[in-house]
This record gives sequence, C-alpha cells and structure tokens, in this order.
Amino acid sequence: MVERRPWLDFLAHAILLLGVAIVAFPLYVTFVASTQTAQEVASAPMSLIPGPHFIDNYRQVLFGGVGGNNGAPPVARMMFVSLVMALSIAIGKIAISLLSAFAVVYFRFPFRMFFFWMIFVTLMLPVEVRIAPTYKVVADLGMLNSYAGLTLPLIASATATFLFRQFFLTVPDELIEAARIDGAGPLRFFKDILLPLSKTSMAALFVIQFIYGWNQYLWPLLITTQEDMYPVVIGIKRMISGGDSVTEWNLTMATAMLAMVPPVLVVILMQRWFVKGLVDTEK
Amino acid sequence: MEKRVVFSHKTLPYLLLAPQLIITVVFFFLPAGQALWQSMRLEDAFGLSSEFVGLENFQALFRQSSYLESFKVTAVFSVLVAGIGLSVSLVLAVMANRVLRGASLYKTMLIWPYAVAPAVVGVLWLFLFSPSVGIIAVALRDIGIYWNPRLDGNQAMILVLIASIWKQVSYNFLFFLAGLQSIPRSLIEAAAIDGASPARRFWTIVFPLLSPTAFFLLVVNVIYAFFDTFAVIDTTTQGGPGTSTAILVFKVYSDGFRGLDLGSSAAQSVILMFIVVCLTAIQFRYIDRKVQY
Repeated sequence: MVERRPWLDFLAHAILLLGVAIVAFPLYVTFVASTQTAQEVASAPMSLIPGPHFIDNYRQVLFGGVGGNNGAPPVARMMFVSLVMALSIAIGKIAISLLSAFAVVYFRFPFRMFFFWMIFVTLMLPVEVRIAPTYKVVADLGMLNSYAGLTLPLIASATATFLFRQFFLTVPDELIEAARIDGAGPLRFFKDILLPLSKTSMAALFVIQFIYGWNQYLWPLLITTQEDMYPVVIGIKRMISGGDSVTEWNLTMATAMLAMVPPVLVVILMQRWFVKGLVDTEK
Repeated sequence: MEKRVVFSHKTLPYLLLAPQLIITVVFFFLPAGQALWQSMRLEDAFGLSSEFVGLENFQALFRQSSYLESFKVTAVFSVLVAGIGLSVSLVLAVMANRVLRGASLYKTMLIWPYAVAPAVVGVLWLFLFSPSVGIIAVALRDIGIYWNPRLDGNQAMILVLIASIWKQVSYNFLFFLAGLQSIPRSLIEAAAIDGASPARRFWTIVFPLLSPTAFFLLVVNVIYAFFDTFAVIDTTTQGGPGTSTAILVFKVYSDGFRGLDLGSSAAQSVILMFIVVCLTAIQFRYIDRKVQY
C-alpha cells in the first residue's frame, strides 16, 4: 500500500493462498477420484494421490457410458450436445442483439421505444420463473428433444442487446456522417464500421453466453427426455441418482472433469475480454 | 442519450428488430401471460378441464405451511449466500489489491469457478461431503461429528450453502477488485499523510466508495441465490430432507412437474416474478443514477 508494512503483505499472501487452496481443493479431489477405481474411491478415506487409471476411466466414460438403468449415454455425445447448445446460444444471442441494438439506436420509427422496452423487460425474468408455460409453448411447436427447443427460449433475453446499445451510443457521430457522405447505406455502415468496432464487446459477450449456455440445467432437464439429447451437466446428475445401484464415483468425477474443461478453458484463454465484459456490462 | 445522426429508412429497422421481437414474443411474453392466466385457474387431475378461480390459488398457497416454510428457507438461504459470499470475496479482493507481485496469477486462480456449472458444483461438493465416501465427511466423523445431510436438515443447508458460496465468490471477487482498483490513490495517500492506519483508511474511505459495487453485488447475489442455485439443490439434496432446502424456485419445479399441480405452480411463478421485478427495478433505479453516457 502506501507505507511498507511487511507483516500485512505476508498476511495478504497467506489469505490469498488459503483462498486459492480452498477454491482448488474440490478440483484436485475430483481429479484424483477420476483416476482411481470405484473400490479405491469407496474405501474411505480415499487416498489423495492420483491413481493409475486415468486412461481407462476416461475412455470408458467418453465412449462407453455409465451404469445400468439410470446411467447416461457416452459422455462424448453429451459433450457434443452441450457444445452445440452453448455455441448456438452464444452466437444466436449476439447476432440478433446486434441487429436489434443497431435498429434501435440508428433509426427513428414509430413504436421504437415501445419495442425497446418490450425487449428490455425480458431482463427481469429469468427462465426459471416461466418454466411451465414455456414448456407448453415449446411442446406445442414440436420442439421437445431438439436443439431448437434447447436454445431458442434462452436466446430471448436482452442482456446482449442492452450492452450493444450502450456501446453503440458511445460510437462517435462523425463515423456515420462520414459513411453517409461516402454514400454508404445502413447495412454497409453496419458491416464495415460498426462490427469491427464491436469486436471486444462481442468477445466478452461470447465468453459469458457460452458459459451460460453450457451450464444450463433446469431448462434442458425439462425438455429433453431422450438420452442422446442430454447436455453433459444433466448426464452427471443422472449418474448419481442413487436408487438401487451404487454411484460409481470415479466415473462420475471423470465426467465432472470433462464437463468443466470447455468453459474453464474459455474463461482462462479469454480472461481479459471476460473480465472487461462482466465489469462493463453492469456499468 | 440519442444519436443526432440517423438513417432514414423506414422498413429496414423493423426487419432488423424482427428476429429478436419474434423470439421474445413467442418464448417470453406468451409464456409469461400464460403463467398469469393459469395461476388463476384450477385444473383437474388429468388436465381435461379447468375453471377460473380468481385468487384462490394464491390464498391457498399462503395458507400452506410448506409454502411459508419455503419462503423462510429461501430468505435464510439468500441472506447467508449474499452475506458470507460478499464478505469472503471482499477480504480476498482487498488482499489481492494490496499484493503487487503475482496479482494476476491469483486473479486467474480465483476466477475460474465462475465457469463451473452449478450442477457440477453440486456434484463436486456432494462427493466431498458424501456420508460414506466423502473425504470431508470421513474427517468429520473422525472428530466426532456425525455427518449425514440426508437425515439432518441443518447439515443439508450447510452443504448447499458451501457449494453455492464457493462458486459465487469468484464473481464477487472480480467486481470488488475492479471497484477497488478504480479508487483514486490520491485519496488513500492523503489519508495516510493525515496519519490514518490501514484499517481506518479502509472503513472511512474505501468501504464507502465501494458501496455502489457492494449494493449491485448484493442484488445479484440475492437473485443468484433465488434462481441459479436450483441446479445445486437438485443435484445435492433435492429440496430435502423434508423441506429444509426447498427454496421457492425448487418448489415451483417440484409442484409443477412432479406434483403436476399446475395452478399452484403457476401462482408460485407469478409471485416469484413479482419479487424478481421488484429486485431488478431497485437495482436499475439505483445504478442508473450513476451512469453517464
């Protein structure tokens, strides 16, 4: 800080290391559990050294599926479903929000503010609050157990539109004046000037929405009944639905590790944009 | 707040808005309207007919002790999640702000839980605390605490709390750190020159300047505790034992999809909608005053 206080610095590092340890502990235990056999895990307490079964467990989980009747399909399939879902939600949301924000900011037309508020209101109600009727709508449209049903209702929220609107408002007017002088129409302006400027916002939003899409639980739980449409987070829950069979913790933990990899990778690799995006979205 | 220079096209903006509007109407307004509609009807067991009953569903709800219990559980849960989560992350952020070397490494190591799905968080902590094989559970048994969240309501609540807070600390930490870094150093230095100790400086200068961030995080944490923790609860305790971890949103799910009592579930949804709208309105009203374009 301002003066040199060595013991406070030491305390700071100590607390931070403790925090990191607490945060990392479950991850470490999970990793260790995923490398042992089921018996080794069940013999409490489990040893804290990684075991030798890394390849076996992961291969079985990825391609073989787990457990008898309340098991789950091969994790590779579920990871694929999750990936498609997360990418569709992220890209879909960004795409329609760019268009809507562009329309609201750069044009004047009747009902403009009315439409804007309509979209804005969706910020207030997360999907958990309207599960039953949304389920009915999706079922009526025949979209159960489909990628469309998994993703469309989740694109209906306005976070991205709001962010892009705020960003567009900060773009200098000189740019659009110059574009008009050069004879460019709105779509040209959008493609050649606005989009390149929005790259950082798009990257930040992509991270947040990808994670949001990948981690969706309640909604896929409701509308998927076929096992091969389960995202990976639902599959994990199915593996521990105790009942008659004993949970094979080692395989479940291997699945958990796999389920964590893509979003954590996205966060760590795109950390800069992610932090900027989170902090700026709310200001 | 408005652009001076705009395009003059008349139909193009409607086309641009159309995708989002269509999706919003079909998947948001229609269901929300239906929830309101259904909350005032009573369906028979097979869903073949329903009759309009006005506010009876709501009245019945408030007479139900399990619903009031759920309110209490949700309130306790969200207060604890927000309170403990904010305190812990504030401490971490203050420490991270002090440290010059390794700050970005600490940051990376502390924010990755944000990426973990709440469902996976639930499974992780369920494993650690599993009465038979969990490492922590066994350690607790060794020191004499009989740990079984399937039987003890308070322990179930503790399990769910730890899992939810563990995940949310990273989000709070990020925001607090950003807030701390935006406080001008000159203020701190002036206080130091005047002889204020670090503790004094924190409470009289840093903390008040952080209060907008803290308030914003408070609302976000409460909304998180209300909704996003559904996955944590469904994977760990399924609202049990009894109703000791049945938060409101979980009850909406179990009454609607397991109990098939659609009217009551819809009424609960409407009440939840009302609560969220209030919370978000407060948040936006408060934040909006501080925003400049």
